[in-house]
Amino acid sequence: MPRITVHVDGTTYTDDVSARTLLVQYLREHLGRTGTVVGCDTSNCGACTVHLDGQSVKSCSVLAAQADGHEITTIEGLSGDGGQHPMQQAFHDNHALQCGFCTPGMIMQAVDLLSDTPEPDDQQIREGLEGNLCRCTGYQNIVRAVRDASRRMRAGAEAEHTGETPAPRSAEERTAQPTGGQS
Amino acid sequence: MIPAPFDYIAPSTVAEAVSALEEAGEDAKVLAGGQSLLPVLRMRMADPGVVVDLGGVTALRGVREEGGSLVIGSMTTHHDVMRDPLVHHHAKLLAQTARTVADPQVRHRGTFGGALVHADPAGDLAAPTLALDAEMVLAGPSGARVVRASEFFVDYFTTALDPAEVLVEVRFPMFTGWSAHYEKFNRVAQAWSVVGVAAAVRVEAGAIAEARVGLTNMGSTPVRALAVEQALLGRPATPEAIRHAARHATEGTSPVSDAGADIDYREHLAQVLTGRAVTAAAGV
Ligand SMILES: Cc1cc2nc3c(=O)[nH]c(=O)nc-3n(C[C@H](O)[C@H](O)[C@H](O)COP(=O)(O)OP(=O)(O)OC[C@H]3O[C@@H](n4cnc5c(N)ncnc54)[C@H](O)[C@@H]3O)c2cc1C
Ligand code: FES
Ligand code: FES
Repeated sequence: MPRITVHVDGTTYTDDVSARTLLVQYLREHLGRTGTVVGCDTSNCGACTVHLDGQSVKSCSVLAAQADGHEITTIEGLSGDGGQHPMQQAFHDNHALQCGFCTPGMIMQAVDLLSDTPEPDDQQIREGLEGNLCRCTGYQNIVRAVRDASRRMRAGAEAEHTGETPAPRSAEERTAQPTGGQS
Repeated sequence: MIPAPFDYIAPSTVAEAVSALEEAGEDAKVLAGGQSLLPVLRMRMADPGVVVDLGGVTALRGVREEGGSLVIGSMTTHHDVMRDPLVHHHAKLLAQTARTVADPQVRHRGTFGGALVHADPAGDLAAPTLALDAEMVLAGPSGARVVRASEFFVDYFTTALDPAEVLVEVRFPMFTGWSAHYEKFNRVAQAWSVVGVAAAVRVEAGAIAEARVGLTNMGSTPVRALAVEQALLGRPATPEAIRHAARHATEGTSPVSDAGADIDYREHLAQVLTGRAVTAAAGV
């Protein structure tokens, strides 16, 4: 039985796990971190996405043993302080979820995308979320939320830099209606 | 679903990996990025008694220039191949192809070597590897050997690799100054290629001085489109001339009919996509 030491959401855990334990199973069943969910059995849906050493991975397609010595961030540790990460807030504000099952994975992948491409266009957002399936929203509001989060995070980074508060969104943006799907 | 139980071995050198494989015999499987193997184990399509994880063999990861070759370590991820400056400079076709593989999460884990050893006929990286005439460096119980890409891909999901061997690295001649494009045809997001065409060309004074073309999913192994390469040589780099040469794309192929497409359609795609790939590579 491999003994693993993993840093998850800022806490270090050492556990004996059976070799076949999947990372997602370890997170959910050993650590009780059920925020990360399993949506498929085929590595396709991305609902189980977490960050491994800062890169997005599908945690159903990684063995817990492969995470030994590595750092994992899940949706539960994303904001760091227990509040809302700007991406979570943007999903909330833009109605980017309906049943919510895909949401943890969508948010983790969207954050990965913005760390690589801070100012993506819609095409880049869609390609960046290619590995995440949503059965409810039709994706329109998800794309809108990521665009919004990108704006907020860049404004936030600038505000941090200059010590200013980010500008509120324009009235037009606040009332923008979805152009497709349901809202 | 959870894989069947297995013993897990995590070597830190190639020699340790090879001896673990030799000891376990036919019952062992190498684990690289796990993006093909773990789904297979989870669906219980395989149940090896021993899994040898190459994740800790750091020497297998990374890209370097050595003795006039571009060398890609087998454990280099698709994400890293896609971004690597040496790859962009000397074998742009590989970077262009890697960015079409799967989705960002899979590209963070999946490896160059794993994709080649998996040898799925719809896998994208084998065609450019063949077209660029790579050499595969394999390590086994009796030492290292080198196998040309043209001999490495044997059949559906089958390579020249012996069960106790590890793919160490892949060596490419330098294609510095060539331009390249991978044209992938698939139906939905993150899907495998119905047909894919890998093209690299060197254009000189408006004409095609050299060309390499490889086809994905036009047979049980990748196919090098030699007839297209021949037909392109010395021709003006114009869309018409390229389209004309692309008609040879079905020569030497043996596509099958499956849920993705039937034979006629695959042949049609091979010609059309070859035209597009070479045109895009030539920048015309
Ligand atoms: C949702 C999804 C979509 C995908 N879409 C595509 C696609 O569009 N195009 C594409 O090309 N691929 C696609 N893939 C596959 C992906 O490219 C995998 O990364 C690749 O096939 C296997 O690489 P790996 O490192 O994960 O290998 P693993 O899964 O770890 O191993 C694959 C096989 O190779 C063997 N092996 C691996 N490395 C070595 C080595 N160094 N020496 C000896 N044996 C070795 C293993 O024993 C196993 O049999 C997709 C995968 C998923 C999950
Ligand atoms: S549960 Fe991991 S990809 Fe679907
Ligand atoms: S909100 Fe239901 S699957 Fe995306």
